[in-house]
Amino acid sequence: MFDFIVSSSFFGITLSFVVYMFFQLIKVKFKINNPLFNPLLWSSVVIILFLMVTKIDYEVYNSSAGVVTYWLTPVTICLAIPLYRRVQELKENIVAIVISIICGCIGHALVMVVIATAVKMSKILSYSVMSKSVTTAIAMALTEKLGGIPAVTIVGVTVAGMTGAVLGPTILKIFKIKEPVAQGLAMGTASHAVGTSKAMELGEIQGAMSSLAIVVTGILTVVVVPIAVKFL
Amino acid sequence: MKYLYQLTIILAVSLVSEALGYFIPLPVPASVYGLVIMFLLLWTKVVKLEHVENVADFFLQIMPFFFVAPTVGLMTSFDAIKGNVLWLVLMCFVSTVVTIAVTGAVAQLIIRMRKKGGKKDV
Repeated sequence: MFDFIVSSSFFGITLSFVVYMFFQLIKVKFKINNPLFNPLLWSSVVIILFLMVTKIDYEVYNSSAGVVTYWLTPVTICLAIPLYRRVQELKENIVAIVISIICGCIGHALVMVVIATAVKMSKILSYSVMSKSVTTAIAMALTEKLGGIPAVTIVGVTVAGMTGAVLGPTILKIFKIKEPVAQGLAMGTASHAVGTSKAMELGEIQGAMSSLAIVVTGILTVVVVPIAVKFL
Repeated sequence: MKYLYQLTIILAVSLVSEALGYFIPLPVPASVYGLVIMFLLLWTKVVKLEHVENVADFFLQIMPFFFVAPTVGLMTSFDAIKGNVLWLVLMCFVSTVVTIAVTGAVAQLIIRMRKKGGKKDV
């Protein structure tokens, strides 16, 4: 009976849905805004533990749960919609947006290359975190192109989100970044959607700029990272 | 009919972007071509917002769920990251802090320069 259920093509996907729904429900029900309570992260931890305890292979789980990854390309394309909704704000601040995000991407790549070289990180792991500032779908796709491990990328993306959401406002204060547009761009460029939800708490302009920055950073990272990995 | 129509547009763009990803020899993910194409279609008003927005909003709302299976895939990479976890987390942490500072500082500089320039014109 158990073997039959596990081998069903609906097992993995149902398991993913149930566990993810559970954490999402708690988040909404108890209005948890703490970025450390990340439904994706915790549901993955629970599923990993479940698979280990029941000795189910990842391949068996993924043969069912993995079918959703087929949708990643269409989903990523849909990111164009929120960007287009803010096309007016994009036009008004285009110079500040593009230049600051390019500088942010280069700064990010530099830090990564310097630390990776200093601690002699293996290439495959370095590749896996090079694009971790951007939204998961793009970061994962870029890692696949470079030959890294997508799962490691997702963890990196999660760390970026948590760091930005928890410490972002403090970092902005330390570096005396007070312009609302600059605050929003900084949060979105470094910490994607998780940073954006924090930026929205700072103000409406911050939220708008941060959500713009997610997509623009995604596009610019695709240019910067492949050049940066040549220095690894 | 509305959803069918919207999904068709999104899937058609996906198909074109996969083809571009295959034929253009750059390390650019196909989905990013698609993202840019979709933005250009909207911008040039070839596709209107109401032609795609319901399905797009649905996809974007459930987006994190699409990453559950790949994240669980971490269990197959334990050996590769063992011993490097702390460094990896440190890299991600430091680079995030630096990115916030650099992006914010550069953006602020540009905005303030523009404000000054604007005042001079008046």
